[in-house]
Amino acid sequence: MKTIISRQKIRSPFVAKVEELSGQNLLACYQCGKCSAGCPAISQMDLPPNQVIRYAQLGLKDELINSNTMWICASCLTCNVRCPKGINIAEVMEALRQVLLRQRKDHVDINKLSTKEKSELPPIALVGNFRKTTS
Amino acid sequence: MKLSYYPGCTLKNHAKNFEDSALCSLKKLDVGVEELPRWNCCGTVFSLSTDDLIHHVAPIRNLIRVKEQNNNKVMTLCAMCYNTLKRANQRVKDNPEDLQKINDFMYREKIKYEGDVEVLHLLEILQNDIKLENIAKKVKKPLKGLKVASYYGCMLVRPKNIGFDDMENPNSMDNLMSALEAQPVEFPYKTECCGAYQTVDNQELVAERTFQILSSAQSQGADVVVASCPLCVFNLDQRQKKTRQIYPEFKNIPVLYFTQLLAIALGCANKSLRLDLHYIDPNPILKEKGLI
Repeated sequence: MKTIISRQKIRSPFVAKVEELSGQNLLACYQCGKCSAGCPAISQMDLPPNQVIRYAQLGLKDELINSNTMWICASCLTCNVRCPKGINIAEVMEALRQVLLRQRKDHVDINKLSTKEKSELPPIALVGNFRKTTS
Repeated sequence: MKLSYYPGCTLKNHAKNFEDSALCSLKKLDVGVEELPRWNCCGTVFSLSTDDLIHHVAPIRNLIRVKEQNNNKVMTLCAMCYNTLKRANQRVKDNPEDLQKINDFMYREKIKYEGDVEVLHLLEILQNDIKLENIAKKVKKPLKGLKVASYYGCMLVRPKNIGFDDMENPNSMDNLMSALEAQPVEFPYKTECCGAYQTVDNQELVAERTFQILSSAQSQGADVVVASCPLCVFNLDQRQKKTRQIYPEFKNIPVLYFTQLLAIALGCANKSLRLDLHYIDPNPILKEKGLI
């Protein structure tokens, strides 16, 4: 896949939005990879967390919003507590989810869950999931 | 004065075994507990977006209920409620403007919240207030011979300013198990995420995590795994069905709340254990060890 890096993308409103919603300075990341090394869900992700940060620094919006990583991340915060630069990676993942959710692009369709599933699942799972994956 | 108690939604249905066993244990320890009146869902997950104040209203409203009981401490059992309430509390304490906005939004509440309620988890209370040596003195049925792997998950220990234990190698539950004369089992997956709410739309992911976490505990000789989060317990217990489909060689292991073992040790009646709520039946191992 060809990836084009440009000043326009790096200075795009998308990067500013991600920084604003996450409250993080993306450029603080020096790509040590510690977040990815400790991530318990990395085997399911198509972009490892450190690459998500790199892509966000470069404003690669399309690549990021088409990645499954922010939906696999369950905010366990292992990356946050280990980052030597004090970056909250989980907050960046949340910002990426919010960029889509605030355009009503839900990840989970509640209507597709069966009554059986809904009754078997505890409220803690349903509320948590809907808070993270629906608008 | 009685301790204010915030149960949270899941403790009233799927995790009734957690609530009943905890309340019976506290009674045996002579600790008075009063459930908050008119409590509401805490929202389950702490909102991580900088501008998303509306999702902190629910946890803060619960802290107003604590003030209404003329208390300034609230006990939680559920690790996710603990994390959400404590983090929301921390956020408004650190940001007076946020607190002002949230108070303005709840203008019908008689009490304005001032950030003066302390959110505590039962494990903290057992460890710091009641103290493990006093619990050990009240043990009626020592858990001798039971090998217990304590699984802490995420929400009890992270982030650093919220957790009450070491975030990489916590030991509060292990210490409690020692006080009850069980044999704590160390295992390297005790703070690794179980997949949490992904259990709704990605059962495979949770089954994968369940396999890794429980296999690790089993490899260290654990008879049972204990936890403090109703979502962890749901995942690690109920998703063993899916885990067996993916890994037929996987051997089932009972997953309990730490309070159920505490209740057994303190001599609570079997009905407070609600062992019927488990997918993997803990009865055989508990009977084998002469505990029920």
